[in-house]
Amino acid sequence: MSEPHIETPEELDRSDARPVDEPAPTGGSSPSSSATGDPDLLLEVDHVTLRFGGVVALNDVSFSLRRGEIFGLIGPNGAGKTTCFNAMTGVYQPTSGAIRFQGESLVGKKKHEITRGGIARTFQNVRLFPEMTALENVMVGADAHHKTSVLSALFRLPRFWREEKSGRERSMELLRFVGIAHRAGDVSRNLSYGEQRRLEIARALATDPTLLCLDEPAAGFNPAEKVDLLALIRRIRDTGVTVLLIEHDMRLVMGVTDRIVVLEFGKKIAEGTPAEVRDNPAVIAAYLGVPTDAA
Amino acid sequence: MNFSGLINDFGPLTVTGLAQGAIIALFALGYTLVYGVLRLINFAHSEVFLLGTYGCLIAWGWFGLDQNSKAPNFGAMLAYMALGLVVAIVASGLTALAVELVAYRPLRRRNAPPLAFLITAIGASLAISETVGVLTHRNQRGVPPIIQARTVITIGDTHITNLQILIVVLALVMMFVLDRFINGSRLGRGIRAVSQNPDSAALMGVNKSRVISLVFLLGGLMAGIAAVMYDLKIGVTKYDAGFLLGIDAFTAAVLGGIGNLRGALLGGLLLGVLQNYAAGLFGSQWLHAAAFVLLVLILLFRPTGLLGESLGRARA
Amino acid sequence: MSDTAVAPPKAKQNFRGNGGVRGWFGRQPTWVRAIVTLVALGLAILLPYAGDVPLIGPQIVTQGIDWPSSLFNMSYYVLLALGLNVVVGYAGLLDLGYVGFFAIGAYGTALLTSRDSLLYAHSGWSWLAAAPVALAITMAAGLILGWPTLRLRGDYLAIVTLGFAEIIRIVATSTPNFLRGDRGFTNIPHPPGQGADGKPIFGVTDATPYFWLGLAVIVVVILGVRNLDRSRVGRSWLAIREDEEAAEIMGVRTTRFKLWAFAIGAFIGGLGGVLFAGEQGFINSQTFVLQFSILVLAGVVMGGSGNMAGAILGGALISYIPDRLRGISDPFFHTDLYEYRFAIFGVVIIVIMVLRPQGLIPSRRRAMELKDREKEVAPL
Repeated sequence: MSEPHIETPEELDRSDARPVDEPAPTGGSSPSSSATGDPDLLLEVDHVTLRFGGVVALNDVSFSLRRGEIFGLIGPNGAGKTTCFNAMTGVYQPTSGAIRFQGESLVGKKKHEITRGGIARTFQNVRLFPEMTALENVMVGADAHHKTSVLSALFRLPRFWREEKSGRERSMELLRFVGIAHRAGDVSRNLSYGEQRRLEIARALATDPTLLCLDEPAAGFNPAEKVDLLALIRRIRDTGVTVLLIEHDMRLVMGVTDRIVVLEFGKKIAEGTPAEVRDNPAVIAAYLGVPTDAA
Repeated sequence: MNFSGLINDFGPLTVTGLAQGAIIALFALGYTLVYGVLRLINFAHSEVFLLGTYGCLIAWGWFGLDQNSKAPNFGAMLAYMALGLVVAIVASGLTALAVELVAYRPLRRRNAPPLAFLITAIGASLAISETVGVLTHRNQRGVPPIIQARTVITIGDTHITNLQILIVVLALVMMFVLDRFINGSRLGRGIRAVSQNPDSAALMGVNKSRVISLVFLLGGLMAGIAAVMYDLKIGVTKYDAGFLLGIDAFTAAVLGGIGNLRGALLGGLLLGVLQNYAAGLFGSQWLHAAAFVLLVLILLFRPTGLLGESLGRARA
Repeated sequence: MSDTAVAPPKAKQNFRGNGGVRGWFGRQPTWVRAIVTLVALGLAILLPYAGDVPLIGPQIVTQGIDWPSSLFNMSYYVLLALGLNVVVGYAGLLDLGYVGFFAIGAYGTALLTSRDSLLYAHSGWSWLAAAPVALAITMAAGLILGWPTLRLRGDYLAIVTLGFAEIIRIVATSTPNFLRGDRGFTNIPHPPGQGADGKPIFGVTDATPYFWLGLAVIVVVILGVRNLDRSRVGRSWLAIREDEEAAEIMGVRTTRFKLWAFAIGAFIGGLGGVLFAGEQGFINSQTFVLQFSILVLAGVVMGGSGNMAGAILGGALISYIPDRLRGISDPFFHTDLYEYRFAIFGVVIIVIMVLRPQGLIPSRRRAMELKDREKEVAPL
């Protein structure tokens, strides 16, 4: 829990790696700049602390995401990545601190409001609706912005036809985008593991997010599948969606992200570009000191 | 509303409620034990209790006792009590095992969805209670006066009978024994293991099927004791007695936190007492309605009951 | 893994979604499906004459059965099963007190129409005028029950809904002037309409017209529920049933759609009650015992939860099986088996559920789920 020692091989100790406690000279990592409303800022995590009973899961964590980037949140197992993630998507309420999305606080918002506001996510352990078909799963996501309710559905009013048609087309398009269109009519429980992961991404994209959060999307993937996934993540970014990637596999993150924040024991220990972070002694200590299946 | 009635009869209502609650608590244990291990409501537990209430009556009938018999002397009373308890426990225990064997085990083998278990349990409950109903021509059956209720303690206006003391003490003792068994014995450890993580328990060599049978059996034993107490307290039983009191017992289990042994005790006693207060306040026909309103209110603030769900597990 | 073999291979085949009659039906072009549906509907309309069919007719319509009444009973049981299927089968909310809505529908009708009612001034309402008001009251009751209980998980919800039905029954028994307990309400008017001969269509001697009325209501309900099922509403219900938290994170307004499920379920249950009151002309507190809603739940799950064909079959069976036992005496005591109807029925339920854990007509989705689950069976 103490500050990481800088005792790593000195070829790794490059000058551009900086200790976390000092504010970053550039970039959106300084939350204090948020109040001014930088239009480039998408999400700000502002001194967030989260306690469960006596356990401090997140300790004064701050960072921010800019529009259009692929942002990595990494750390060894148990570092608080998923907790952070859950706080951002409304599953947990932070004990203190604020999370702002496009300048608006997320604290106290309902989960479905956060989703409709533009944050979508996938789950570390796939959580599809197992008895629904792949297409139906994606359509649930697309329904987030629909207004069809009981009356329009019951009497098949024009809104129903309009939304059903556009939702279905959009969902099929997304299934094609992630490469599982041929499984559209299959019950999602019967999809292969890799297909289920892709389906989750399609479902999240269907909510038309500004920010897509992927929670260890590569878990259980073989190297070839990982390469495909990286390509998919880049394509998602190219459609204009900001991507937040949670991973403990350093290599995967290094290959795709623009910027990275490293958590350890619920604290931020480093922030910067992949190159900066890779060479940060604190990060190396964290990864070497806590044996994980990273790399 | 009859506030003066409640205040005037506060003592007697409390005592009656505690005795009633003790029976409910013993009955509720069956729901809680099965739920703790299987996460399923054993709807047929009411019939486990029902056959207990008839079991001891039949045993006493062997000795020519019926509701018109004279009260036996002290020695005979002890013998009859022991006999009644043993027969009721055997009847209830065997019923519980049979229910598990017929309504649960085949579905478990086929990995049926949880609703299917609820429905087979409902089927078993219907089959048993209705068979009893037909055989008894849906008439009630009187209980011989094995224990003559006598006031032994008087505090102000409140008279406490020997029977009430017996019921409450017996319930507390059985609860203590069961708690020691679950938390202290090797078999109990198996139960706790399965309730916390059935899959790893199976991997660690716990025989899950045996644990499940054991849990049904334990619930049956407790229901058997509750059944004898019920007979003595109420004086009659009927084919639908299990169903009606079963709703109370299930409510008590949920009230205390289903799956939680101490919760069942707390829930049972609380329910018994509050039902009697409600009866004093609004009239006895509102007794059950009040219990449910109370349950809803408590669940609104504590969605998993007063003590939370757990069977031998630390409270979160 | 060795337990995989326990599941009989026959069952596997039966449960396969794309095989069997259902699979065949799904693959047919629209016009074939339309014809099949119309033929089925036609047969349903002709059901009152089933007894005239040679050979099988006398097997279905036995001596002891008052067949038209039996059919009418089936029709409102089917309605209840369809409504409960929305709540339990689609939205996954375990409701053990569904009879409460049936009772509210019936009592609502009685209160507005019967001469015994406190609300009766100089003339009561007609059945037709009372029906929409009674249904509105029932829907409101669904919302009132739904709102405080939404936070509760499955089994807690079960006991609270059970309590709800009990409270309604207790109110009915214990308010001698309002719901009149055992005395009940008499002279509830029948539905309107006159035949060519000037006699009312809905009389007291023959229940056949009531069956047809019930059938018409069932058809409307089926169409409505189908429309809901195949829309954002149905998808939201299924998503809630499958994984409520994930659904909410995907933007599903869980509270709103759970309340809708309750309200729609209540509405359909209320319909059953309104029909029942109109046919019987008399209701009292004995009519609405708790076992009743448990029976309906058994019907839904036995038929195949989450699937309308199953709910219809299950609803019809729970009503028909006891009737079928009328007039048959057992070989030992020579009592009428009708006495044993619920006991036998209990055994039948167990047998059906053990042989077909997914119900008689498993929904396509559940069938696939079972297929997959068989692979996961943990060693017991």
